[in-house]
Amino acid sequence: MSATPRLSVRNIRKSFGAHEVLRGISLDAHDGDVISVLGASGSGKSTFLRCINLLETADDGDIVVNGEEITMKTTSHGRSAASRKQLDRIRTNLGMVFQSFNLWSHMTILENIIEGPVHVQKRPRAECVAEAEALLEKVGIADRKDYYPAHLSGGQKQRAAIARSLAMKPKVILFDEPTSALDPELVGEVLRVMRDLAAEKMTMLVVTHEMGFARNVSNRVIFMREGQIDCDGTPQDMFGGKGSPYFQQFIRHMETENDAA
Amino acid sequence: MDFPFLLSTMKALLAATPTTLGLFSLSIFFGGLLALLIVTMRVSNNIVARNFAKGYIFVFRGSPLLIQMFLVFYGLGQFGVIRHSFVWPALREPFVCAVLSLALCTGGYSAEIFRSGLRAVPPGEVEAARAAGMSGFLLLRRIIAPIAFRHALPAYSTEIVLMVKSTALASLVTVWEITGVAQRLISQTYRTMEVFMCAAALYLILNFLILQVLALIEHRLNRHDRRPAERKPSVLSAFFGSRA
Repeated sequence: MSATPRLSVRNIRKSFGAHEVLRGISLDAHDGDVISVLGASGSGKSTFLRCINLLETADDGDIVVNGEEITMKTTSHGRSAASRKQLDRIRTNLGMVFQSFNLWSHMTILENIIEGPVHVQKRPRAECVAEAEALLEKVGIADRKDYYPAHLSGGQKQRAAIARSLAMKPKVILFDEPTSALDPELVGEVLRVMRDLAAEKMTMLVVTHEMGFARNVSNRVIFMREGQIDCDGTPQDMFGGKGSPYFQQFIRHMETENDAA
Repeated sequence: MDFPFLLSTMKALLAATPTTLGLFSLSIFFGGLLALLIVTMRVSNNIVARNFAKGYIFVFRGSPLLIQMFLVFYGLGQFGVIRHSFVWPALREPFVCAVLSLALCTGGYSAEIFRSGLRAVPPGEVEAARAAGMSGFLLLRRIIAPIAFRHALPAYSTEIVLMVKSTALASLVTVWEITGVAQRLISQTYRTMEVFMCAAALYLILNFLILQVLALIEHRLNRHDRRPAERKPSVLSAFFGSRA
């Protein structure tokens, strides 16, 4: 295990009004870690993920990406990143894949993928296009590069979104329920891409309801409950009965849900 | 029908068309810049700026353009400060007054149109851009503005057509554009019907051409809403099927 974690989160707290959504969450992700974050809806897992790249600003706590801490400041408007520049730079190291894809609708798939590398990272366009085409090949939608997002299926959109985040060469990719908005028959094609990434030792933090992915692909499972990490461990331990009673209850519930469906 | 008269009327009105187009294009240009400023204030977090913009939009949308034009043309000269300032040589000109009031008015309307475009930008797409390290002007230029402009364009097209017609009001502050020249011809010939019909036809032609250009722009910008096959109409695809 390398000395500096790819991502280190220290004691994140977040409230919306009087409701405390995150009550002190800490986590280290090392190189090649694939961490599944599980929990009932409302347990704060998506908020936790969004606090890591500051789409939500935590009320307290530190975020360290690849050894560099995001500096924060507190003003009368509340807490925010102290340096826009630093935040933008660190965000390029943190890929993000959203539940609802959020591809830029006015750009073709290829334009979506080279947008960040060309305009944020200021790399030569020709080089970015070549890389983008290779990435599209890898996620299996090379033939869709000149299409607009509106003309792709959900599974294709999500694979394009994964390619878009990979194009920035991030140190860590955050997945926010990447398969939850997909028709059941399209889930597999996205999970396959994620499994390939895991095999290539990409560091991933995945908020998901896919028990199969958590059990078979991740090397660590975190169960969140009421804004805290209730229990965590290897999938073998967690699914082998070593999780907390709440986690046992949660997986039993998920299984009956699946049976019902 | 008296074709020679219609022809000479058309000639006289055509000679005034550059003035109409000048009023139109200058007021759309400066009004557009003003609208960008007003909409920036309208959506800003600064309460003073926001309320100023709200008040501006209310005043210029809520009062008749003709009265605004009269106030600029007849009203401003009453103030010694303005009469003795460096802007007076310009503000003395009817053409400048007309452009100024047209621009001030369309600035208010366009600001609201642009704001509706901004509201239509999906928050998720902005979040994706932020997550990719975009912020500030880059985010505005690459993501927010292009999407907002696409949403605003249909309503903005209507505003542009309205502005072509609004230039007719400039005749009432002695600018010799199409309507002004038409009225002068009528006072000389008393042939109201023919002259105004010619003028109306000219406005229709202008708007037809402008709408064609706008439709072309809209068509180009909305490529992402069309099926790929519609995007590249090709004779070959009819025989061999589209790529999809």
